[in-house]
Amino acid sequence: MSKKRKNDGTGVGRRDIIKAGLVAGSALVITSKKSVAAQWGGGGGGSWSGGWGSYHYTDYRSDRSVQSPPTTPFVESLLIPPVLQSLSSLSPPATELQAPGETPRPAHQRWSEFLPQKLYALHANEFQWSFHRELPGTATVWGYNGISPGPTIKAKYGEPSVVRIFNDLPVSHVGFGIPSIITHLHNGHTATESDGFPADFYATGLFKDHHYVNTLAGGDTHEALGMLWYHDHRVDFTSQNVYRGLAGFYLLFDSVDSDNENDTNPSALRLPSGAYDVPLIFTDKLFDSSGQLNFDQFNNDGFLGDRFAVNGKIQPTFKVARRKYRFRMLDGGPSRFYEFYLSNGQNFTQISNDGNLLPAPLSVQSVRLSVAERKDVIIDFSGIPIGTSVYLENRLVQTDGQGPSSYSSQTDAMPVLRFDVDRDPPVSDASRVPATLRALPSANLAEVVATRYWTFDQQNGQWVVNNRLFDYNRVDAQVKKGTAEKWVIRNGSRRWSHPIHIHFEEYQILTRNGVAPSAQERARKDVLELHPNEEVVVFIRFRDFTGRFVMHCHNTVHEDHAMMVRWDIVP
Amino acid sequence: MDRRTLLTAHAAPFAAALRASDDNKTHATGARANYFPNCELVTHEGKRVRFYDDLVHGNKIVLFNFMYAQCAGICPGMTANLVRVQKLLGARVGRDIFMHSITLKPEEDKPADLKMYVEMHGVKAGWLFLTGARDDIEVLRRKLGFRDPNPTFDKDVSQHIGLVRFGNESIDRWAACPALANPEQIARSVLWMQAPNAGA
Repeated sequence: MSKKRKNDGTGVGRRDIIKAGLVAGSALVITSKKSVAAQWGGGGGGSWSGGWGSYHYTDYRSDRSVQSPPTTPFVESLLIPPVLQSLSSLSPPATELQAPGETPRPAHQRWSEFLPQKLYALHANEFQWSFHRELPGTATVWGYNGISPGPTIKAKYGEPSVVRIFNDLPVSHVGFGIPSIITHLHNGHTATESDGFPADFYATGLFKDHHYVNTLAGGDTHEALGMLWYHDHRVDFTSQNVYRGLAGFYLLFDSVDSDNENDTNPSALRLPSGAYDVPLIFTDKLFDSSGQLNFDQFNNDGFLGDRFAVNGKIQPTFKVARRKYRFRMLDGGPSRFYEFYLSNGQNFTQISNDGNLLPAPLSVQSVRLSVAERKDVIIDFSGIPIGTSVYLENRLVQTDGQGPSSYSSQTDAMPVLRFDVDRDPPVSDASRVPATLRALPSANLAEVVATRYWTFDQQNGQWVVNNRLFDYNRVDAQVKKGTAEKWVIRNGSRRWSHPIHIHFEEYQILTRNGVAPSAQERARKDVLELHPNEEVVVFIRFRDFTGRFVMHCHNTVHEDHAMMVRWDIVP
Repeated sequence: MDRRTLLTAHAAPFAAALRASDDNKTHATGARANYFPNCELVTHEGKRVRFYDDLVHGNKIVLFNFMYAQCAGICPGMTANLVRVQKLLGARVGRDIFMHSITLKPEEDKPADLKMYVEMHGVKAGWLFLTGARDDIEVLRRKLGFRDPNPTFDKDVSQHIGLVRFGNESIDRWAACPALANPEQIARSVLWMQAPNAGA
C-alpha cells in the first residue's frame, strides 16, 4: 500500500524514478512472506537466498559509480556494545584546571558543585572491523576502546562524571578522516569547555577531560534527558570522522526512568530494562572492492551508502523473547533520512522524541529519523509465535544527499534488521509502559526576552545562515543566561532538507509552518527536520552555564561545508 | 564538424595546438591517479601542464576553485578573498602550497585574458589560472566536486559553486570551504592538509 507524502520540492517521484531506469523490475506486492523469492535488483550485485519474503533491493542513489561488494542480508548478528566501566582513579587526576597532557581548556564551570563521582576513560583508536563476513576484507575503522559504536556510557542524574578521551589515532593517516578530534555529547546539557566545540580539536597524544555533570536543566525534573550519543565533532571533518566510526551511546537515568523494570519505587516507570533496553544506531555505508570503507570527499550535498549497518553490522539479526523491548533508535548519518516500519504491520509504541520521554506513549505505524534524531520505541513481541521473524524495514527512498524523496512505499522497503522470535522470556515480563511518562516543562512565553530569526540557505554552493558564512571566531548571537527566547528557524533553500541541531538545551516546538505541532512533535527536541521552505518556531531557555555553542545542520556533509552558526551564552 | 574541431578552427593559434584529451594517461602514480583525469591545461603564462601529473600528484597542498573573467557575480569577491589567503600563507605559496583557478568559460578566457585578470587582481606567484578544452574542464568540475546535483542549476554558469577545494594527494585528504569565508579561517583550514613530518 503506497503512501504519498506532501511533495517537498526535491522533485523525485516514482514516475521520475521509473523514467530514469532505476527500478530494476516491476513492483511486487507483498502477499506471502514465504512464497516469493527475492531478487537483488539494480546495481547492487549478489542475491538473497530464499526466506526473505518479497523484498527486492534497488539502489536508488543517483551516483552509483561505487557499489559495495555483495553481502547476504541477515547472516550477521546484532552487536550490543558493552557498558563502559568506571575507574577508581585517573592519572593524572581530573581537576578543575587542565591537567598535564591535556589539550588546553578553560576551567570546568561549577566544578566544586559537581565534583565527579564517576571517572571514565575512552581511547579514540584505529582498528580493523568486520562489517560483514562476506566482504573481501576488514575495514579500517576509528572507534573508542577498540569498538565502534564505542562502549555505552550509562549515567544517572545527580552523579557527575569526568570522561577522559584520549586521541590514540595514528598520526600518519591516508584517506578520509583526520586524526585530530573533539568529542560532542549530543543532547548533553554541558558547559562549553566540555561540550565539544568544533574548533577545540586536539592531536594524537593528547587527551581531553569532559566534565559531564548529569544535572537537570534549571533543576527541573521535566527536563530529564534519556538517550544521548557521543560522537566526533571536529570542524570540517565531522562527516568523515563519524563515518569512520567515532560514535557511541550515552544513556541517562533518573528515579522515574530508572533502568530497572522491577523497580519498587512507585514513581518509577518500569520501562523494559537491562537486556531488553537496546540501543540501535543506523548508518549507511559504502565499500570498495577490497572491503574498505569508501567515502566521497568531493561531495558537498550529502553522502549515501548502499549497505545498511545497525550497530556496525550489515543487516543483522536479533533473537528476541516474546515480551516487550525498548529500542533506542538513532540515525547515525552521514546524510540519510529513514522511515521505519515493521514488516508485519504492527505498530510501534513511541515513548520519546530525541531521546526525551514524551508526556504519553504514542502508537505509531512508522518511525521517521533524520540524522542525529533519536526515538525510543517499545516493540511487544509477545503476540508473535516462536519461530517467526519480523523485519524492521526502511521505506524512505533517497537518491542523493539533498534530502529524502517524497515517495515512500512498502514495495521499496529496505529491511535493515530482522527480529527472530525464538523463546519465551525466562520470567514473565514485569515491564510496563505507563499511560503517563514525563510531562513537558512549561514553555512560559512570558519569559521570552527576544525572538531571533535564522534562515538557512545556499548561495553558489556555499551554505549560509542569515546570508553569512560560518566563522567560529564570530559570535552570531549572544543570549543571556537565565532567559528564554523564541527562535524562528527557516529553510530558505528550495531543494535541500536539513536536520537542524541546537547544542546545550532542548527546545519545544511552538509552531511548524504556522500550526501547532503534531503529537509526536509535542516534545523536547534538539534536532528539527526542516524541509524546503519550512519554518519552525521554538521556545528555548539558556540555563546553568555560559560560553560558546553552535547550531548547525546535522547532515554531516552540510555541517562540514560550514552550515553552522556560533552562539554564546553570556552572564 | 564536431564541436572540438569547430572550436579549434575559430580559436587563437594556441588553442589549435592544444592536444585533445586522448593521450591523458598519467605518468605518475598515487592515490588519485585513477580518479583525476590527466588532461592538458594551459596556464595564464601560456605554459602547458598536465592536471594530475603536474598539478595534483605528490606531497603538496593544492587549492582549486572555478571562476571566469567576465563573471559579475561572486568571482571578483572570491578572487579578492583568495588573494588575501595567498598573502596569509606567505612564502609557502609556490613552495609547498599551490593555488589554481580554472575557468568555466574556456572559449572566452584565453591565457592572455587570464594573465590580465591575474594582474588586475594582484595575484602573486604560486597561483595558476588555467584554461583548456571545455570537455576536460567539465570532467574536472565534476571530479573536484563543483557540481550542483540539479542539472538545470548545474548548467547555469551564474550559479557556479563558490567553494575552494583543497587537499594533499600524498595523504589523500580533501576538504572544501566557502571561497568567501574569513580568509584567516580558509588559511587555517588549508594548513590542515599538511602531511605529518617524516618519522612522526
